Amino acid sequence: MSTTLTAERPRGQAPVFHVVDEHAHPEGSSTMLGFWIYLMSDCLIFAVLFATYGVLGANYAAGPAPKDLFDLPLVALNTAMLLFSSITYGFAMLAMEKGRVSQTQLWLAVTGLFGAAFLAIELYEFAHLIHIGATPQRSAFLSSFFTLVGTHGLHVTFGLVWLVTLMVQVNKRGLIPANRRRLMCLSLFWHFLDVIWIGVFTFVYLMGMLR
Amino acid sequence: MSSHAEHHSGHHGAGHHGAGHHDHGHGDDGHAHGTLGSYVIGFVLSVILTVIPFWLVMDGTILDKNMTAMAIMALAAVQVVVHMIFFLHMNGRAEGGWTMLSLIFTLIVVVIMLAGSLWVMYHLNTNMMPIHDPSQLP
Amino acid sequence: MIDTSTVATHPLFGRLTLESFPYHEPIVVATFVAVVLGGLALVAALSYFRLWGYLWKEWFTTVDHKRIGIMYMVLGLIMLLRGFADAIMMRLQQAMAFGGSEGYLNAHHYDQIFTAHGVIMIFFVAMPFVTGLMNYVVPLQIGARDVSFPFLNNFSFWMTVGGAVLIMVSLFVGEFARTGWLAYPPLSNIAYSPETGVDYYIWALQIAGVGTTLSGINLICTIVKMRAPGMTMMKMPVFTWTSLCTNVLIVASFPILTATLVLLSLDRYVGTNFFTNDLGGSPMMYVNLIWIWGHPEVYILILPVFGIFSEVTSTFSGKKLFGYTSMVYATVVITILSYLVWLHHFFTMGSGASVNSFFGITTMIISIPTGAKIFNWLFTMYRGRIRFELPMMWTVAFMLTFVVGGMTGVLLAVPPADFVLHNSLFLIAHFHNVIIGGVLFGLFAGIYYWWPKAFGFRLDPFWGKVSFWCWVIGFWVAFMPLYVLGLMGVTRRLRVFEDPSLQIWFQIAAVGAVLIAAGIGAFLLQIAVSVWKRRELVDRTGDPWDGRTLEWATSSPPPDYNFAFTPMIHDNDAWWDMKKRGYKRPLGGYKAIHMPSNSGTGVILAGISVVLGFALVWYIWWLAAVSFVALLAAAIHHTFNYHRDFHIPADVVVRTENERTRLLSGQV
Repeated sequence: MSTTLTAERPRGQAPVFHVVDEHAHPEGSSTMLGFWIYLMSDCLIFAVLFATYGVLGANYAAGPAPKDLFDLPLVALNTAMLLFSSITYGFAMLAMEKGRVSQTQLWLAVTGLFGAAFLAIELYEFAHLIHIGATPQRSAFLSSFFTLVGTHGLHVTFGLVWLVTLMVQVNKRGLIPANRRRLMCLSLFWHFLDVIWIGVFTFVYLMGMLR
Repeated sequence: MSSHAEHHSGHHGAGHHGAGHHDHGHGDDGHAHGTLGSYVIGFVLSVILTVIPFWLVMDGTILDKNMTAMAIMALAAVQVVVHMIFFLHMNGRAEGGWTMLSLIFTLIVVVIMLAGSLWVMYHLNTNMMPIHDPSQLP
Repeated sequence: MIDTSTVATHPLFGRLTLESFPYHEPIVVATFVAVVLGGLALVAALSYFRLWGYLWKEWFTTVDHKRIGIMYMVLGLIMLLRGFADAIMMRLQQAMAFGGSEGYLNAHHYDQIFTAHGVIMIFFVAMPFVTGLMNYVVPLQIGARDVSFPFLNNFSFWMTVGGAVLIMVSLFVGEFARTGWLAYPPLSNIAYSPETGVDYYIWALQIAGVGTTLSGINLICTIVKMRAPGMTMMKMPVFTWTSLCTNVLIVASFPILTATLVLLSLDRYVGTNFFTNDLGGSPMMYVNLIWIWGHPEVYILILPVFGIFSEVTSTFSGKKLFGYTSMVYATVVITILSYLVWLHHFFTMGSGASVNSFFGITTMIISIPTGAKIFNWLFTMYRGRIRFELPMMWTVAFMLTFVVGGMTGVLLAVPPADFVLHNSLFLIAHFHNVIIGGVLFGLFAGIYYWWPKAFGFRLDPFWGKVSFWCWVIGFWVAFMPLYVLGLMGVTRRLRVFEDPSLQIWFQIAAVGAVLIAAGIGAFLLQIAVSVWKRRELVDRTGDPWDGRTLEWATSSPPPDYNFAFTPMIHDNDAWWDMKKRGYKRPLGGYKAIHMPSNSGTGVILAGISVVLGFALVWYIWWLAAVSFVALLAAAIHHTFNYHRDFHIPADVVVRTENERTRLLSGQV
């Protein structure tokens, strides 16, 4: 704890009880912290899904098990898409730092394409599983698998919607502070989804194959 | 909105308040943005940390099952840290340490929830599973 | 998607048919008529006095944390009346249904009533009251002009209202859940509850949950980022501290509820097998997950109230709070420990000795910091110059009542004892003892304490005392019999009874409920009387109680911008320190003040969410799709608005402050 202001002032002078010289404060100074806290709360949603997968993930109900279903090369490809999209988003942020609008937009577009590729591969995987009868209704294992992986995919989808929105906004107004702040929030969101994916491919896919 | 949010005395010291170091945007609030170098390092590390566990599992002969499981979990933990540092730019200084504090708190809750649920549900399953073999009854 | 083989759905109306309206239930029809007539009268009055524009511009779209706080309180009060109506109906039923009598409620209706009572009291009474007080008081206590995200605050409020609206709709269209307030599967699964009740439950809580979580994030940021210069963490008022911990708990527990309810809705809508009895599902997992949220929720309600008691005790004892530091640490310890006790809600589910003893011990440990708090308040009162104004009376009543509830809680924390008392009326008595004796008494203390700040006049003490004694005596009369009945083995949620010797206890409890009703009536009367006599009860100083914290430094009610100049803090009791050291209110040098602008988007988004919820409840898929797209579009549209603030011109500030100067000098 710091000592009080008045204690440092010369004797005889009245203590100062209000800020005389106030300046308007830049808008959005709490945004990054607020968004981070939102991500932490989102993290707990995923924690519930992981816990559910952990508890119910071995309940195959005489249905297919991970070994019968998972196609690791496909998952590896998917992981690569997400990793590439992470670094390209990083490049977009670097371009934003330098104030280069078109370069930022370019990297954002590339990120979006990788994200879309990720989603396409995931949808293909889901469609294949459902086609062979491994539906979310089949067993508690498949319920929790589809929900966990699907929730991540849903987040990526919203990330893409957000990305497109931001590209329009950057296009309209350029890299003004409000847009920079938004791009930084989306950056946190995007990289956060990457961290969740590490959990998914490790605990769901790789550990599943070890069962 | 008021004008003092970023320098409440907890972290910036009370003494120089009102001196007018306002409007400092986001440069000095600890949000590192990373450089080309740091992004590339992070990317290379995470590629390595992704390839190894996939290779361990897909090959399947290098380590036994338990060792493989432990190895891929350890690698995942390392990779999470790599992403946190190089992509999410986590450090103890951003927002006066509050992002780090909230992360630590969240991790504690996550660990309690995961470990607790597994522990509780394991015991429930063991104790509440109907016993089919009457000779097993105490 | 849905298993439509069991439910016939109309392409336009889903499963909504004429039969969905409970016109065959006379009680519901009478309520409906009363609500419609009352609603029409209200609409007519608002139109006659041309108040719609005023309400919309000054209240519904406001981003002012003070007005949002007041609206939360109004919501809580309205829902209290609904929740209490449910309570007194249950008490009446249980007092009547003996000796072959079926009472006056059929099982279908009675089961909805006890479910609605629990859900409403926790989510739509206690939560809005607590959030409302935090919203109103915290920015003032930390010397800020608003919260970190003012628009988000408005949106959060309207989402909470949206949830409440959906629950009220369930009264007249379809039915509410008949599952108990936590909707345990397998009962809440589609196989056993195929009707709309559980769906109303799910979507009401999900919509309100969005609001609660976002408001939690908002208040955390506000407390962390917007404190006045000089206010270090350890100089924050205790109410701000407990609010911070509460909001941390909100943000770190409501997502768990959200996710758990998502899993339940997937079971109901998609046919997954999380909590079903077959194909590997485990209903026990739901119980486990919901209590990981549920126990922190208890502390979400009680912690802010502990803060209120701290403020009240120190103000009305004329002393600094005893043991500020220990109070803060106790709060933080409770925050973390609240995540380690959830299993004590289902000791009897059978997780075995090792698990049960772990959670039994952690539960007992959590009573230590709570006990420390009680001693801190006692020592604050010790040798203080205590003024028994209404807030202090509620505080003393709390200390006496809550300690009993706390002790029965420790008793229930002993697993073998819990095996006897689980699901009994003893448990009901225990948690009403801590929630009424703790949370509700504290909310009343807070309402009486901060009312003059919010409205510029005090509440009439006579009717306040009537309400106080009716409430406190009513509580004891209503719930002590339940302890007795619980010890005799009566379980909760029963509708009819065989053993005639029990009836007297239920009749005593019903008398207690009537006394509480009188307490609520006296409270409403008190508000009316106080508004009528507001000139006599006026507070011109802004500091009617000789307060200690910053909210008393500004006028009552505070101006839109709260403080003309941002205060600088030197002491825990900042305002006390200012008064003691000869603070002179500045009389000039005012500047324009930067403030956020109002927005109607919050109302619109919440309105669409209610439509979405309704469509999902009734399987009206086209409407669900349309409203979902509309929701997304409205949210995205909102992000294209970059002009979200304005300046209050300096001359407006000058005028407002000169008015206050005049008031203050007129006082002398």
